[in-house]
Amino acid sequence: MPTMLKVNGTPREVNVPGEKPLLWVLREDLGYLGPKFGCGAGLCGACTVHLDGQAIRSCITPINAVGDAAITTIEGVAASVVGKKVSEAWVDLDVPQCGYCQAGQIMSAVALLEANPSPSDADIDSAMAGNLCRCSTYHRIRDAIKQAAGGTNAR
Amino acid sequence: MRADMTALSTDRRVVLKAMLAAGGTLAFDIQIAAAQGAKPNGAASARISAYVAIAADNTVSITSKNPEIGQGVKAMLPMLIAEELDVAWASVKVEQAVADQSRFGEQFAGGSMTTPMNWMPMRQAGATARAMIVAAAAKQWGVPAAELSTSAGEVIHAATKRRAPYAALAAAAAKEAVPDVASLNLKDPATFAIIGKPVRGPDTPAIVAGKPLFGVDAVLPGMVHAALLTAPVRGATLKSHDAAKALALPGVRKVVALRQLGHDDAPVDALAVVADSWWTASEACKLLVAQWDNGGRDKHSDAAFAGAAKAAFAGKPATSVRKEGDVDAALAKAAKVVSAQYSYPFLAHATLEPQNCTAQFKDGKLELWVPSQIPNEGKDLVAKALGLAPETVSVSVTRIGGGFGRRLQSDFMIFAAAIAREVPGVPVKLILDREEDFKLDFFRPAGFHKLDAGLDASGKLVAFSTHFVTFGAKGQPGRGGELPNDLVPANLVPDMDLGMTVLDSNVPLGWLRAPGSNALAFATQAFLDEVAGAAGKTLPIFMLGVLGAPRLVSPPKIPGVPDIWQPPAFHTGRAAAVTLEAMKMSGWKDEPVKGRGFGFYFSHLGYFAVVADCAQVDGAVRVTKMYVAGDIGSTIINPMNAEQQIRGAMIEGIGHVISGLKVPFANGQVQVANFDAYPLPRIDVVPPIAISMVRSDNPPTGLGEPALPPAVAAVANAVSSLMGKRVRSLPYEG
Repeated sequence: MPTMLKVNGTPREVNVPGEKPLLWVLREDLGYLGPKFGCGAGLCGACTVHLDGQAIRSCITPINAVGDAAITTIEGVAASVVGKKVSEAWVDLDVPQCGYCQAGQIMSAVALLEANPSPSDADIDSAMAGNLCRCSTYHRIRDAIKQAAGGTNAR
Repeated sequence: MRADMTALSTDRRVVLKAMLAAGGTLAFDIQIAAAQGAKPNGAASARISAYVAIAADNTVSITSKNPEIGQGVKAMLPMLIAEELDVAWASVKVEQAVADQSRFGEQFAGGSMTTPMNWMPMRQAGATARAMIVAAAAKQWGVPAAELSTSAGEVIHAATKRRAPYAALAAAAAKEAVPDVASLNLKDPATFAIIGKPVRGPDTPAIVAGKPLFGVDAVLPGMVHAALLTAPVRGATLKSHDAAKALALPGVRKVVALRQLGHDDAPVDALAVVADSWWTASEACKLLVAQWDNGGRDKHSDAAFAGAAKAAFAGKPATSVRKEGDVDAALAKAAKVVSAQYSYPFLAHATLEPQNCTAQFKDGKLELWVPSQIPNEGKDLVAKALGLAPETVSVSVTRIGGGFGRRLQSDFMIFAAAIAREVPGVPVKLILDREEDFKLDFFRPAGFHKLDAGLDASGKLVAFSTHFVTFGAKGQPGRGGELPNDLVPANLVPDMDLGMTVLDSNVPLGWLRAPGSNALAFATQAFLDEVAGAAGKTLPIFMLGVLGAPRLVSPPKIPGVPDIWQPPAFHTGRAAAVTLEAMKMSGWKDEPVKGRGFGFYFSHLGYFAVVADCAQVDGAVRVTKMYVAGDIGSTIINPMNAEQQIRGAMIEGIGHVISGLKVPFANGQVQVANFDAYPLPRIDVVPPIAISMVRSDNPPTGLGEPALPPAVAAVANAVSSLMGKRVRSLPYEG
């Protein structure tokens, strides 16, 4: 059955089973390869995208649960003011090591800053704890979030 | 991947053989490029060597030969070339090399070897291309090459005020004779403009934009997808299976039975589902019905391993790795003897990008796109496993979502190739799901140590022995399970005994970041913390006494092992310098401070000392601060990346001790299926980390690994101090 999705502002139609996870629809059917597969169980955050601005784990979100929510992926996140600031801070501080988790990290960071423009360390830890970085780039993730928020680098 | 072992495994011999060929391959490589006429690469660029091509706009393409796993070589190697080529870093575009040993020599990411193996050869590659450009300018202008200088991608003749961009000379330079390495003038390090400056990863903007770079992102026309199902018991063979339900799922193309493929010493049987979507293939795997023959492998379990270690400790070690003096006599007459047993678990690599490989059989050729740490060996192993001529297999290396040693094994390349053979002409992308990725890992070996140390009346360490119960096969330790003959502090006392007993199991073993060392540092430095306490001292002060006067300590050579894999000499002065620096940074006191621990280790040619502070926060033990002092030689090539490598190593150390990382085995089965049972450190456990690098007059060495081992030890010792109870088994679980 055809399903209509709105990805990064563009309407897209897919014809796949309704229980297919959004991650795989994005990656296989729509060509958005930015969101990554890490665990398939909502445990690592590599697949994080936004549904109406909320960070969600697309690997455990079937497309029949998406409805008409606006989907934002890493490919489209820099279109917003906050998204652009976060992306620029990520490049400026050279946050990635291997880079595999970073799309998910950025999506969680943008969702945090959209909801809370001046997060404390505790706010950052709490919002970002669902995103695993196996290389442990966590210091720079914190710094980049603070830089994007307009603050100074505490560490 | 240090040569700290008593016997070489097959893998190491392969790596070794190839490594011996390194060094000499660079000039050869440039010869090939020159002999091929340095054909323009693209519309308006001239290729001067395998590493350097220059475009009409003076953009410089530099080829990075080794796989990028997050260790930063994709910036580091081109920095070395760009420095001596004398171009502005902003004009450099980095390209990833394909796997081609004939052109690039060794291309593996492992053992923190990229820096020591390439520090001079890559600088020479840059200087070679520069010399060829200068020679071309000298000819065109009719002046001696000695009168020419270069700066930021331009050749300059000061006397006549002539300047030309490299781009104008590149085509002519490509036809110049390749100069002899001995004739090259390398820069004075004091004049470095790129080496030693912070440089961002060349892929960072693309990563941040979500561009497809990784193995899992490979997309080819008409590509199909594959998922794998293996037996619950590692190594079990496939008796029979029923694929009817899986095949009935819309989109499923084929179910392939793979038999005895993967690694020589840990082959597996598997069922692969090929479908038009990976999600479909993965769903279909759940519908497969398979009967497996465990072949007795289900007898292996943690309880059995612990029982076997206990039995081994009741007797003598099966093998003596090294013996000096008479340790029994020395212990008998020691003023004080400290004895303890230590143990640690199997660990998984848990790269965030699961193992994957894309393969296509077409027109008698096999092409692979793969995140591999050792693509040339992978190519050879694929050819061998499938009975193909090696020259019919080609490998493109993608960016790699974490390595940590897992991708030094090439099993997943063989699986993908075997599946691709069943769908000729069609590209197939195999991705392991997380559960299979854990099941099919090659684990950091668990281990057990019985340790004895003797102190004389003055509190000086005079005797040291360990009986190490490790894992392997037929009496030989497996990858990462060796007992080195230069174990600190045994190598520094007159009476010592290093003995080993190897347990057989069905647990496949593999190198994990700082293999061997990441476990031995815990056992030896935590034990030494106890010994120091018995001597009435804190560990770093006790260590300074054990290290003694600055000198090189060379372990005995291992018969039959080539020089490059012999254990390196250990410099007590460099060890003392980082110990003192860590003490200074942390304000170390002569008296113990509750919750504070120290660890030192030498591995991968790097000397590191770490101080960790911990405290109880909301009922949980947390590391609150870490101090790191390291010596990896004269130069930190890319400080931007160095900081990341060291922080990552510290946090991984926290993970080994207090995050609860372990891979239990029961009934021959891996007891971890996903990240909920493998709690890697997250952002909320990360402390501030202070770093100080001690510069010594030695060529720079690698940084991906050597900071980890002392971090494990320091955190363990900090927790022991905080809780007032010695942590002798990892992970610490309260």
